[in-house]
Amino acid sequence: MVGIVVVSHSERAAEGIAEVAAEMAGDTRIEPVGGDGKGGIGTVPDAIEEAIDAAAGGETDEGGRSDGDGVVVLVDLGSAVMNADVAVELSDAEAVIADAPVLEGAVNAAVAATDPSATVESVREQAEAARDIEKL
Amino acid sequence: MSEEDAEADWKAVVAAVEAVAERIEAERDHLTQLDSAIGDADHGGNMARGWAEAADAARDLDDPDAETVAKTVGKTLMAEVGGASGPLFGGSLVFAAGDLDEGITPETAVAFAETYLEKVEDRGDARVGDQTMVDALTPAVHTFKKSIEVDDLPPIEALAKAVDAAERGVAFTVPIRARKGRASYLGWRSVGHQDPGATSTLFILEEVLDVAAERLGVDVPETDASSPTIPDEDPDEPAEDGSAAASEDD
Repeated sequence: MVGIVVVSHSERAAEGIAEVAAEMAGDTRIEPVGGDGKGGIGTVPDAIEEAIDAAAGGETDEGGRSDGDGVVVLVDLGSAVMNADVAVELSDAEAVIADAPVLEGAVNAAVAATDPSATVESVREQAEAARDIEKL
Repeated sequence: MSEEDAEADWKAVVAAVEAVAERIEAERDHLTQLDSAIGDADHGGNMARGWAEAADAARDLDDPDAETVAKTVGKTLMAEVGGASGPLFGGSLVFAAGDLDEGITPETAVAFAETYLEKVEDRGDARVGDQTMVDALTPAVHTFKKSIEVDDLPPIEALAKAVDAAERGVAFTVPIRARKGRASYLGWRSVGHQDPGATSTLFILEEVLDVAAERLGVDVPETDASSPTIPDEDPDEPAEDGSAAASEDD
């Protein structure tokens, strides 16, 4: 199963976006993470790394493999993207960042992840397709 | 590497981090002023807090090696410096620290510098001329590498040249337009402003140079980033064995 991480500068925004996406997500693991760790706005790579590991699920063996099928990370803006990038490099889990709007991307990713044959690539692709969503 | 060398290495890194923390604190208002002109006025405060925490974390380590100190400092900066400076200054340090796993030698220092530059470029998706810290870092790293690998200069002299190169890079950020970071939103209004990240990069390098000179017990070498001309490559003086060009100087 592919896990999903939602990263925002605001912890509450991350939680809210994860909540919206979870409506469509079946039993997909969605981990929200955000804030500077002191109640303020920002992101922290270590916290994002923990969220990635949690979304990856299962026990990670010494070689860094887990029983999950990887993680797709949705991010909001600027330094959150850089911090997520650092976290992806530090984590042992297979994780990729989707170049997508964070909320629409998270919803698309959640739907895509319910497909039994979903892979990190297929979920990322669907998340990135959210860039083309027209609202009017 | 002997145990004494290893201890000298990590103590030097801790001393450098302490010096950087002090310097950034002293320049806090200066950096904030630069950042308030083109950014969100948080660079001075963020960096001062981050480096102060990093110095504490480095001091608290029990008999580490240079790699561990550098990694700890990077991790602390990542966690404590908000905004893009955390991953850029700290994240790059975490990865580049791996190049110091066999201690600090001219070779490992060059590898460290190159990895650091590469990480900053990749993470920030910035190149020379974007009015970022890359504009100070690139000339410093290139000059350091060339001074060590091509000119075979003593490392302290190579470092002094690198600091001069960084200073020129900082000056270069003034007359160009920002293409990355918050300043890029200002478009042409970013022209005429010195980049805060390039400036703090220079301060860090200046402190590393001072601490290195102090620990070697030498004065900071007076030098600049330029090199003598290369007679063999002068198209007007095709000196096959270099003797013609050399004799001219006699």
